[in-house]
Amino acid sequence: MKTFKVLGTGCKKCAKTADLIALKAKAAGVEVTILKVTDMGEIMGYGVMSTPGVVLNEALVHAGSMPTPAQVEDWVKA
Amino acid sequence: MFAIFTTLADWLAYGLFGLSPEARLGKAVHFFIEDVTKIFFLLALIVFAIGFFRALLTPERVRKAVAGRPRYVSYPMAVGLGAVTPFCSCSSVPLFIGFLEARIPLGVTMAFLIASPMINEVAVVVLAAAIGWKYALLYVAAGLTVGILGGLLIEVLKLEKWVEDYVWKIKMGETALQQANSSFQARIGYAGEQVKDIMGRIWLYVLIGIGIGAILHGFIPESFFLKYAGADNPFAVPAAVLVGIPLYSNATGVVPIVEALLAKGVPLGTVLALMMSVAAISLPEMIILRKVLKPQLIATFTGILFFAFITVGYMFNALIV
Repeated sequence: MKTFKVLGTGCKKCAKTADLIALKAKAAGVEVTILKVTDMGEIMGYGVMSTPGVVLNEALVHAGSMPTPAQVEDWVKA
Repeated sequence: MFAIFTTLADWLAYGLFGLSPEARLGKAVHFFIEDVTKIFFLLALIVFAIGFFRALLTPERVRKAVAGRPRYVSYPMAVGLGAVTPFCSCSSVPLFIGFLEARIPLGVTMAFLIASPMINEVAVVVLAAAIGWKYALLYVAAGLTVGILGGLLIEVLKLEKWVEDYVWKIKMGETALQQANSSFQARIGYAGEQVKDIMGRIWLYVLIGIGIGAILHGFIPESFFLKYAGADNPFAVPAAVLVGIPLYSNATGVVPIVEALLAKGVPLGTVLALMMSVAAISLPEMIILRKVLKPQLIATFTGILFFAFITVGYMFNALIV
């Protein structure tokens, strides 16, 4: 089971990123857990200064923008 | 170079809509059409070009570049990078924490935060198109100077005690992000994304700015400005700065207002002081910074900028006739 963490203090793009991951996971039939991390200390703990960021199974895979649908598909299927 | 936008506005406002160039409505509509087409064209062009050539100047990279440098390097670097890096104010907080965590002095960090919203490439080019390169560069020079001096003052006053305590406890993880893809295709894609992103963020501010500029241009008589904001009213500069402080707009959005006010005979210093104060600090920005700064530091910071912008305004008014 994959665990995604979406890092962000509540900006619109962060919510959209979480939605996109949920959508792609559902489309691929993969079960995932999506957590939204809004605590600044925890976000920075992943070395991220620009949000939204995406953490997959405790490894940072993306930061600074909304990921593209293709990127999200890769993470879900990988 | 920008005559094509004037021609287009002539044709639409006076030709197609049949408005008179002498009438108030005609003047306002002409101003609106010319500025909307010109500014949005420039905006898209510049953001695309910069996105293409710069690829990725991320906050993480800026932090790495500034960290550990002596002050005579880090201060100019902080304001310079602040000027060319397009951050939305929503990333001020992680940026602030990230800088301090990298042991970048508070003064340098504040210098970055002062310069960043005040100056950006788009606003400078649009400003130059409206009032000429000489004045646009003066604006940049003044903005960079205010950033450096404001930061230095905060450092000299030792205001670290007014940073929220939790900020000092945050430990940042290693930033191990993959390198940006620098192929031609990826750069084009990134530049396109940037245009969409930045346009989406600031179009409304720009449109409102142009709307206000058009109304000022068409409907408010010159005598009104000469009476209240003319060169012989010594309170015009502080009043302009005071009005601008709580208001927020992207720097580019203020340019049409600058353009209209200058054309009405309001002195350059007064107008640029207004532009700085609208762009640099605002109520929403203060609310965001409150997460990392204690109220005393926000008040001091605002006070420093208030006096700095007034000084800039008076100086320009005295030096440029």
